[in-house]
Amino acid sequence: MTTPPSPPQQPYAAPGPQAASGTPYTYTSPIPVVRTHLGHALASEWTKIKSVRSTMWTLGVFLGLVIGIGFLVAAQTGDQEYGDVPYTLPAFFGLILGQICLITLGVLVVSSEYGTGMIRTTFTASPQRHRVLTAKLLVFFAVAFVVSALAIALVGLFTEATHSGAGGVAWGGTVVKGALYVSLLGVLALAVGSMLRHSAGAITAMLGLVLVPAIMPAFLLLSQSLRPVGEKMLDYNAPNALAKIFHMGEANETGTAQLVLLAVVTAAAIAGAFALLERRDV
Amino acid sequence: MIEVEGLTKRYGEKVAVNGLTFTVRPGVVTGFLGPNGSGKSTTMRMVLGLDRPSAGAVRIDGLPYGRLQDPLRHVGALLDAKALHGGRSAFHHLLALAQSNGIPRSRVDEVLDTVGLTAVARKKARGFSLGMGQRLGIAGALLGDPRILMFDEPVNGLDPEGIHWIRTLMKSLAAQGRTVFVSSHLMSEMALTADHLVVIGQGRLLADTSMADFIRHNARSYVRVRSPQREQLLDVLRAAGTVPVEAGGGVLEVDGAAAERIGELAARHGIVLHELSPRQASLEEAFMRLTAESVEYHARAETSSGGWGDAGGGRGGGKVT
Repeated sequence: MTTPPSPPQQPYAAPGPQAASGTPYTYTSPIPVVRTHLGHALASEWTKIKSVRSTMWTLGVFLGLVIGIGFLVAAQTGDQEYGDVPYTLPAFFGLILGQICLITLGVLVVSSEYGTGMIRTTFTASPQRHRVLTAKLLVFFAVAFVVSALAIALVGLFTEATHSGAGGVAWGGTVVKGALYVSLLGVLALAVGSMLRHSAGAITAMLGLVLVPAIMPAFLLLSQSLRPVGEKMLDYNAPNALAKIFHMGEANETGTAQLVLLAVVTAAAIAGAFALLERRDV
Repeated sequence: MIEVEGLTKRYGEKVAVNGLTFTVRPGVVTGFLGPNGSGKSTTMRMVLGLDRPSAGAVRIDGLPYGRLQDPLRHVGALLDAKALHGGRSAFHHLLALAQSNGIPRSRVDEVLDTVGLTAVARKKARGFSLGMGQRLGIAGALLGDPRILMFDEPVNGLDPEGIHWIRTLMKSLAAQGRTVFVSSHLMSEMALTADHLVVIGQGRLLADTSMADFIRHNARSYVRVRSPQREQLLDVLRAAGTVPVEAGGGVLEVDGAAAERIGELAARHGIVLHELSPRQASLEEAFMRLTAESVEYHARAETSSGGWGDAGGGRGGGKVT
């Protein structure tokens, strides 16, 4: 497989004008020089995310869970059950499990680069590290939001088609909010992955963040003094937030407060990730 | 051109790179030589802006690396052949790199062809042999057709064919007027490729010289002499102003005199010689002597300041990542 080293730009190797003056001439490339911007980083990250199998696996399992479980639940429920809940409700059960796929993908998008050493190649190509992280966040968020919105909408359409004329609850908002919630969880995972730089560690941390507030209230509610903390956790944990988004909580609760909390936490994590990014060696 | 000025990197107490100052010029292959753990990789990572220097600065064509808008067009680097995602194909790996610097897609096929990986372009990099991985790394370095190329131990673990290929490539790149900066811990390798040498030991600059000068100053030539009348011969040699050194087994190594002259001296004094042969110490030996001196100097310096027991303190720091 040895190829003779054929310098690709041999014609351009001719000594430049400086050579005549006796100083060593400098090579000049024929490739046009461009001033790089975020668009280049976005194109690069898009190529990266779609060219690894882990993306296909995590998104495939996510779609399988949300659509599969959604259709199954839709098929098992009667028309009368959709009186005051949206037709997208069956997607909720798949999302509870599927959010773990988006968390995993979010972490992998950045931590796999640290795990493999690719990050050194990436930052050599783009020393503007903040631009790389921005591109990763945007590309991942777009992918996660589009995929989850599609899955939820598909379940909604299927349920509406199979339970015609049962209810009249508008469900467009649940598609946007549900997709936004799980995508933001994934973005949070990406930021945590960027800070911890370790796949297993970051995924564990994120699972803890999702599961612990869902489990802890059972114990916290036993104690008088910790009861308020337990109640807040019960109200704002991730599975419950999703339930509220799909109108399964108290009446006229739509999970907006929970969504805002997640957005604030995610913004803080992103700020932390950016701050650490510039300071650390890779 | 790469300009390194007072570059220093500390990891806690350990100093991996200590006040390095040198310039890498275009048109020649510059060898960056030092024993394992002497700070070569750390220096290269700082040149590429991956590690932040504790002090000092690096300029690439006059700019700090972080200020380069399209760095692949200026600097192509092969730091670690395995610094890529093994699940991605060679083509997509290079494509993502090209896109981040606005390099046309056609360049990806060109460099794959240059390094001879076209046939496996769509295969996952995970399955590549060491030699193929090295070629992919070099393809990435050539992608932006840069004026400066940096290779960190490029021949490590390669078969003779691969080594030959890389040597020829580096020379042809330099001949095109590019700056080529190659690290190695093998003097013999550098002797075959480099025109200029930057030698470091324990993070300090030991030599910054042309290869020819280095050979002239460091390749000690001496004459090996063996005689049954050793004492007599020693007296004669000393009287003639040469410096004989006993090398064990009755062998004398004589500096500062040609073999002819020693033979004539011996004949004049009627001394029997069993062996008389001019020798040249290898560059490898010269390099080891140079770096060993740096270790000694370092040890003495720390001992005098009361720092016993940590004479080689700076050593381990070089490989911290």
